[in-house]
Amino acid sequence: MNSLILRTAVPALVGLMLLFSIYVLLRGHNEPGGGFIGGLIGASAFAIYTIAEGLASARRALIVPPITIAGVGLLFAALSGVVSLFFGDAFLTGQWWFPAFNPDLKYLSTVVLFDIGVYLVVVGAIVGIAFALEERE
Amino acid sequence: MLAATLAPFVLAVFAPFVRRRVGDSAGWVLAVLPAGLTLYFAQFLGPVASGETFVFATEWVPALGISLSFYVDGLSLLFALLISFIGTFIVLYAGAYLKGHADLGRFFMFILMFMGSMLGLVLSDNVVTLFVFWELTSITSFLLIGFNHDKPRSRRAALQALVVTGGGGLALLAGLLLMAQIGGSMELSTLLANGDVLREHPWYLAVLILVLAGAFTKSAQVPFHFWLPNAMEAPTPVSAYLHSATMVKAGVYLLARMNPGLGGTEIWQIILMSFGGVTLLVGAILALRNTDLKLMLAQTTVASLGLLVFLMGIGEDYAIEAAMAYLFAHSMFKGALFMVAGSVDHGTGTRELGRLSGLGRVMPFTATAAGLAALSMSGLPPFFGFIAKEWVYKGTLDGSLPLILTAVAITGNALMFAVAFLVGFKPFFGEPGDTPHKPHEGSLGLWVGALTLAVLSLFFGLFSGFAETYFVGPAAVAVAGIPLAVDLYLWGGFKAPVVASIITVALGAFFFWQSGRLSAWLARVIDALWGPDKGYDQFMDGMIGLARWVTDVLQTGYLRRYMLVTFLTLAAVLVLPQVSLSDGFVLKTPPFDPLVWAIGLLAVVGTLAIPFTRSRLAAIMLMGVLGLSVAFVFLLFGAPDLAFTQLMVETLSVVILALVIARLPVFGTDWRGKPRFVGDAVVAALIGGAMAYLLLSITATPLDLTLSEFFSARSYTEAYGRNIVNVILVDFRALDTLGEIAVVAIAGVAVLGLLAFRHIDRASDDKTGSTS
Repeated sequence: MNSLILRTAVPALVGLMLLFSIYVLLRGHNEPGGGFIGGLIGASAFAIYTIAEGLASARRALIVPPITIAGVGLLFAALSGVVSLFFGDAFLTGQWWFPAFNPDLKYLSTVVLFDIGVYLVVVGAIVGIAFALEERE
Repeated sequence: MLAATLAPFVLAVFAPFVRRRVGDSAGWVLAVLPAGLTLYFAQFLGPVASGETFVFATEWVPALGISLSFYVDGLSLLFALLISFIGTFIVLYAGAYLKGHADLGRFFMFILMFMGSMLGLVLSDNVVTLFVFWELTSITSFLLIGFNHDKPRSRRAALQALVVTGGGGLALLAGLLLMAQIGGSMELSTLLANGDVLREHPWYLAVLILVLAGAFTKSAQVPFHFWLPNAMEAPTPVSAYLHSATMVKAGVYLLARMNPGLGGTEIWQIILMSFGGVTLLVGAILALRNTDLKLMLAQTTVASLGLLVFLMGIGEDYAIEAAMAYLFAHSMFKGALFMVAGSVDHGTGTRELGRLSGLGRVMPFTATAAGLAALSMSGLPPFFGFIAKEWVYKGTLDGSLPLILTAVAITGNALMFAVAFLVGFKPFFGEPGDTPHKPHEGSLGLWVGALTLAVLSLFFGLFSGFAETYFVGPAAVAVAGIPLAVDLYLWGGFKAPVVASIITVALGAFFFWQSGRLSAWLARVIDALWGPDKGYDQFMDGMIGLARWVTDVLQTGYLRRYMLVTFLTLAAVLVLPQVSLSDGFVLKTPPFDPLVWAIGLLAVVGTLAIPFTRSRLAAIMLMGVLGLSVAFVFLLFGAPDLAFTQLMVETLSVVILALVIARLPVFGTDWRGKPRFVGDAVVAALIGGAMAYLLLSITATPLDLTLSEFFSARSYTEAYGRNIVNVILVDFRALDTLGEIAVVAIAGVAVLGLLAFRHIDRASDDKTGSTS
C-alpha cells in the first residue's frame, strides 16, 4: 500500500507492537494477557508491516518461513509437557523452578514455556495465512 | 511379562537394520527373540500345570480403569507358547523363503509386530488392552497380506481382511465394554469369576452377539469365512503363521476365554454349534473343490476353526478337552503343511496339485514333514491328531446330544482326511511331474520348521500324558473354569469313538479315491453360486456409490453451497432441540445503563447497515463494528482478557477477510439478484434468531458457579498464577490447548497447501488458454 503516513509510522509501530506482544505474553501469568493474545498482537504487527512494506520485505524481516515458527511453537508446547514425565508426573503437569535467589518468583516453569509455544503457533499460523493470501504471482 | 510382550515390537523397529547389516541370514539372528520367549514362557509350565495362575499388572490409564495387566493360566500359556515357538521357525522360514527379497527387512518388522500383538492379545487381562492388541493383530495382518503391494489382488485381500476383522473388532469393543459395565470391572479374571452375573443380566444377549461378531469374523466362520482364503495372497510364512496357527485362532481363544462368563447357556450352544458345524462342512467342501495346495489348506483351516467353535458350543467336559487338544494338534500339523506348501512352491514354481508328483526323491526332508503332518491331520494313530479326533467324537457322543452332531463331525473329518492325503502324499509319489522349474530341496530354514512340527505331532501322540499334563489339561481347566476329570490317552479300548474313527477313515478314503471327479463337480456347482465374496464386493461398491452420491450433492465446488449447507445444518441443530425440549423461559429485564444501551445501539446499527451496502469492503468493515461493540461489552462487564482477545481477533479478521475478498473474482460490489438476496436474508435471520433465542434461554437459567469457584480457589495456590483464564489455558487444561494450537498450526499448513494448488491450477489454465 502506498501510503506515506503508514510507511513512516510502521517501523516504530511494528517495533512497539512486537515488544508489547511479548510483554502481554509474559504478564499473562498474573494479569490479563497470555500466549494467545500476545500471538494475535504479534501477528497484527507483521500484518501491518506486510501491508506497508510489501510481502518480500516482510518475508525478509521474518527470516524463517512463518509455518516453521508455528511448527517450532508446537514442538515447544509438546516438549514442555514431556518435562514432567521425568519427574514422575503425568504429561503436561506444570513443573516449577524456585530459584535460590528469589524463591517467591513463582514464574520460571514449563507452563511459561508452554505459553511461549502457544504464542509462536498463533503468530506462525496467522502470518503464514496472511502471507499466502497477500502473495500474487 | 510386559517386557516379553513389548520386546517383539522393539525388535521390529530394528529388524530392517539387522537385515541390512547381516543380509539374508538375518532370520537366524532375529529368531533368537522368539526362541528366548519360548523358554521364558516354558518356565511357567510347571507352576501352571499344578494349578497356579499369575497376574502381572502395570498401570496405564488408572483413571479409566485401564491397565496393562497380563494373566497367565493354562489357556493363555498354551497360546503364548504356540505363538513364540512356531514364531521362531516362521522367522527362520521367512528368511529362507524370501531370500534376496528387497523388502525382507520390512517383512521381519511386520511379522515381529504381529508376534507382539498376538502375545498381548492372549495374555491380556484388561478388556481395553485386549481390544488394543486384538486390533493390532488385524492391522499387522493387513500389512502382511498386502506385503506384495504392487499386486491388486493382494491389496484387495488385505483390505478385505481388515474390513471384516476390523469391523468385528469394533463390535467386540462394544461387547467388552458392556461386559465391564455389567460386571463392574475391567479385568477379565474378575468378570469371568462371576459368570452368573453376566449370564443373568438382561443385556446378556447383546453382549453375546457383539462378542461373537468379533470372534466369528476373526476366526472366519460362515458367513465371514471368505476373507481367509483370499488372505492366501500373502507370502507363505504369513499364511502358515497368522492364517493357520495363530491369528485366526484368536476368535476361538476369545470364545474359550469367555466360556466361564458367557458360555453354557442354550443360546450360546445353539449359535456356536450351528455356525461352527456349517463352517466345518463349508470349509471342508471348499477345500476339496480347490486344486491349489495353499487354498486347499486355507479352506481346511476354515473347517478346523468351524470344528473348534462347534466344540466350544457343545461345552461339555470332553468337548472342551477335545477343543484344546484339536487346537494344539492343528497348530502343529497345519503350520507344518503350510510351510511344506511354501517349500514345494519355492522348489518347483507351482502349487497346482495336478502338476506336482514324484517330489519325494528330490525333496526328502520336505516330503517327510509333509507325510507326518498329513497323517496327524487325517487323524490316524499314533499321531496326536488321532487323539484329538477321538476326543472330538467323545465330545459329540457325550450324553444326550443328537446324533446329527456326530454325523457332521464325521463328514467334515472325512473330507479333511481326503485333503490331507491329497496335500501331504500325492505331490511326493509317482513319476516326476511337469513343473515350471526343476524341483530341488530348499535350504535348512525352509524345512526345519515343518519337520520339527511334524515330528512333534508324532511325539505328542506317543507321549500323550506329557501333552495332557502341561498343555491340553491346564488349558481345558482354564476354559471350563473348574477342574476337569479328563485324561488324554492313545488307546482306550474298542468303543464308540473308535467306530466313528473307522467310519471317518473309510469315508475319507472314498473321498480321496473320487477326489478328481468330486473336485470338478464341486467347482462347476460352486462357481455358479452367489457367494459372500461377491457380496463383499457389492457391499463395498455400494458404500463407495453412496459416498460419491453424498459428495456430489454436498460438495458442488461452490462456496455458496457449502456455506448454505453449513448454516442450514447449524440452524437445524440450534432450533430443533429447543422446539422439542424447551419449556419456555421468563425474560429478565436488565437494569437500564445508558452506556450499555449505547454500545448495543452501535452494534445493531452497524449490523443492520450491512445489507444496505453493495460494497464488499464496506460490509467487512461494518462486521468489524459489530465485533468491536462486543469487545466493548466484554470490557464493561469486567472481562478485559476477552475484550482484548476479541479486539485482536476482530482486527485480524478484517485484515484477512479483506485480503481474501480482494482475491475473489466477485470483489467490489454485491451482484446478487433479488430472489437470492431474500433467500440469504431468510437463512441469516434463521441463524441469528436461533442463536439469540438460545442465549436468552441460557441466561434465564440460574448461573452455576461451581467451576468458577473451583478455579479461583486453586489458580494461585496450585498453579501460582492470578490470571485464571490463562492458568486454565496453559495449566489446568493444557492438553486441550495443545490440541487447539495443533489445529491452528494444521489449519495454517492446510491454507498454504490450498493456496499452492490455486497457483498450479492457474498455471495449467494459462497453458490451455482458458480463463477463470
